[in-house]
Amino acid sequence: MTTVLHLDSITKRFGALTANDAVTLELKEGEILALLGENGAGKTTLMNILFGHYAADEGRVEVFGQDLPPGRPRAAIEAGVGMVHQHFTLAGNLSVLDNVMLGSEPLLRLRSRRDEGRARLMALSEQFGLPVDPDARVAGLSVGERQRVEILKALYRDARILILDEPTAVLARPEAQRLFEILRGMTGQGLSIIFISHKLNEVMAASDRVAVLRGGRKVAERKTPETSPEELAELMVGRRVTRPRRQAHAVGAPRLVAEDVTVQLDGKPALQDVSFTVHAGEILGIVGVSGNGQAALGALLSGLAEPEAGHLTLEGREIGGLGPRAFIAEGIGRIPEDRHAEGVVGELPVWENSVLERLGAPEFSTRGFVRRAAARDHAAGLIERFDVRGATPETRIRLLSGGNMQKLILGRVLSAGPKVILANQPTRGLDEGAIAAVHAELLAARAEGAAIILISEELEEAVGLSDRLQAIVSGRLSAPVAAEEADPRRLGLMMAGVWEAPEDAA
Amino acid sequence: MRLERRPSVPWTLAATAPLAAIAAALALAAGLILAAGVNPLAAYAEMLKGALGSRLAVTEMLTRAVPLMLTGLAAAVAFRARLWNIGGEGQFYLGALAVAWVGHSMMSGLPPALGIAVLMVVGMAAGALLLAGPAFLRLRFGVDEVVTTLLLNFIVILFVGLMIEGPLRDPLAFGWPQSVPVDDAFRLPDLIPRTRLHIGLLIALAVAGIVWLILARTVFGTEARAAGFNARAAEFAGVSLPRTIMGVALLSGGLAGLAGGIEVMGVTGGVTTTMSPGFGYAGIVVAMLAALHPAGVVAAAVFVATVFVGADAMSRATGVPSFIADVIVALALLTMLVALLFTSYRVRR
Repeated sequence: MTTVLHLDSITKRFGALTANDAVTLELKEGEILALLGENGAGKTTLMNILFGHYAADEGRVEVFGQDLPPGRPRAAIEAGVGMVHQHFTLAGNLSVLDNVMLGSEPLLRLRSRRDEGRARLMALSEQFGLPVDPDARVAGLSVGERQRVEILKALYRDARILILDEPTAVLARPEAQRLFEILRGMTGQGLSIIFISHKLNEVMAASDRVAVLRGGRKVAERKTPETSPEELAELMVGRRVTRPRRQAHAVGAPRLVAEDVTVQLDGKPALQDVSFTVHAGEILGIVGVSGNGQAALGALLSGLAEPEAGHLTLEGREIGGLGPRAFIAEGIGRIPEDRHAEGVVGELPVWENSVLERLGAPEFSTRGFVRRAAARDHAAGLIERFDVRGATPETRIRLLSGGNMQKLILGRVLSAGPKVILANQPTRGLDEGAIAAVHAELLAARAEGAAIILISEELEEAVGLSDRLQAIVSGRLSAPVAAEEADPRRLGLMMAGVWEAPEDAA
Repeated sequence: MRLERRPSVPWTLAATAPLAAIAAALALAAGLILAAGVNPLAAYAEMLKGALGSRLAVTEMLTRAVPLMLTGLAAAVAFRARLWNIGGEGQFYLGALAVAWVGHSMMSGLPPALGIAVLMVVGMAAGALLLAGPAFLRLRFGVDEVVTTLLLNFIVILFVGLMIEGPLRDPLAFGWPQSVPVDDAFRLPDLIPRTRLHIGLLIALAVAGIVWLILARTVFGTEARAAGFNARAAEFAGVSLPRTIMGVALLSGGLAGLAGGIEVMGVTGGVTTTMSPGFGYAGIVVAMLAALHPAGVVAAAVFVATVFVGADAMSRATGVPSFIADVIVALALLTMLVALLFTSYRVRR
């Protein structure tokens, strides 16, 4: 087989951080190569260099035997490289056809050749089994459909090499399987594919070859049939990290109770008649495929969304829709799903971020003036107590790594001595070490009697930490099952929406 | 060539940026001065002399800097919270008109110090109310405040014209379109005798200090900054965005209104539709040159005032039209924006 792509000792530094360290990679014609690594391993950076979003500090990129000029996406496109980003780059207010054709025509042509474009798009759609409606507005499409448009956009530009950045991150499992079937079909027609992932099972299922990145270095390369998930896991993490285990203990009285709560988000129904009870000293896990109402549940329990119907009570008092400030005052600690967007204000220093939630409290302000010394001491205490590395109280928080940022948010929540903790995807994007630390803290809070709601898409995490589990499907919650009874088959059925008639959620 | 975000901005760079921007603006304006047939260096020398060359020149320059400090603070406060108040000019005029009106007829008998204090509050209230409308529309309906505040400027200036041709016309102004003046008792005392420099300078400096205190040290200021940098995270942390944005609007509009009120009490006495050479708009430049920092606003206001006052002198001495001042100030805004780009990003090949 001929080599279609050759990355030769690519090195890329961002300040003190070396994102890619002399990475060499080859792609053969008709091959699916998986680029495996934890978040921050340098996968996306490497692909961005290949596609010309970044220019490498050292090394070169060769496509079909030709050197690619660095830092020019257009040159990469012309050479036949297409990229499907994790966060789609589509214009929601335009039609599918417009999105596909956008930028593919000369700027100074008076009329767009839409008929030709349409014919070409439909032919590609037919050829590769990617059905789309060319006149649909992209804003109205599902995530899976948008991904198809992205792929067609690349194919429309004659891509022979397709790069997909975490293509399944936003897809439900059946959609993901379908995607990989399509990709396999493409390689049959001579395309070559690289996909980025940190999920072992899909790498094993869908790739011909695996390259493992860790800390910016390529640490291994395996033919997929000759490796195992266990080996890949160890290569990816670089060490064996054991996550803490939950110890059985007696739970206390009901703390937070939702009864038939319905929530709308952006005018669309997002939660439908949801009921659950979390007791003191208990972790209730909410599992489910992404996009099934987790965002609305998170907003409800953060105080951002108001129930349309039903009751949300804390120790018997109605608290639904009181707002974030009241939730914090009531002792509800919240770990947001997206720490960059909701958890921290990146441009503010660590100390301001660690007290932002409780600026009004007498510890941190007097007559409207911030008690800066007290706030700084508090931040220093959090840094010390929660092992936040690379931070002083004065550090702008956006300079922290994801794991350390999360430890600080966790510290901010736990130091307030919360009665209830909402942990929304608390370990998303963290490396194994940080995951173990977050888990240990959550279990410690449970041992001290906090009632914890854990929303997680990682089954292993949810099952490992939770006392009871409920599945969220299309904005509805299943009845709870005890963690001991939650075998993979039963959970799979629950997450697919197949559950018995709800029992008493006691 | 590509831009990459710097992990952190060294303070030396942050401090040099405005100076480099000013230098670049002057260099660019030199082209126009050359086109006018004058040696730019000679022209700039005249400009410096005109603004700083004598005691009188310095006092004139500082007199001009007072409203710029206040409109600059108004813009800085708003921009920090990502409230794009482009309406400083309108707020300035409405504050001026309110002070002239109230200060002419309704305050007789009050002790001067108290009267001046009341009139300052009147000016602030007028400006604050004017910005409260656009802020409400943005919070309630998502109406872009850039458009509403900008357009309100023209409406307010026409309204001022209406009032000073009509009910508030000064009958003693020999037919000039000028409003009734503030009662002499409430004119701001001179800071230096026999100059136009009045104690408004001290007031502006004190206000700059207070604004700094509010932004940097209070809960409200911290929340306003947080809301400006990341509204979603601020809301998640329990900051009430409507209350914070409205508070910022009242403060910002109030500062611009105060600028108008102080200009009336300190310099003009009455209101004319030409009393501001664009103080409201220039305040935006001042705030940007200051990187939205209150102390920087004071310095930047002095720079812009130097250009304005110096340009008149330069114009008299060399024949270059004094409009060059507007060109320099506008160029300084553009070059400052470019400089800010280079302080936050680094250029890589």
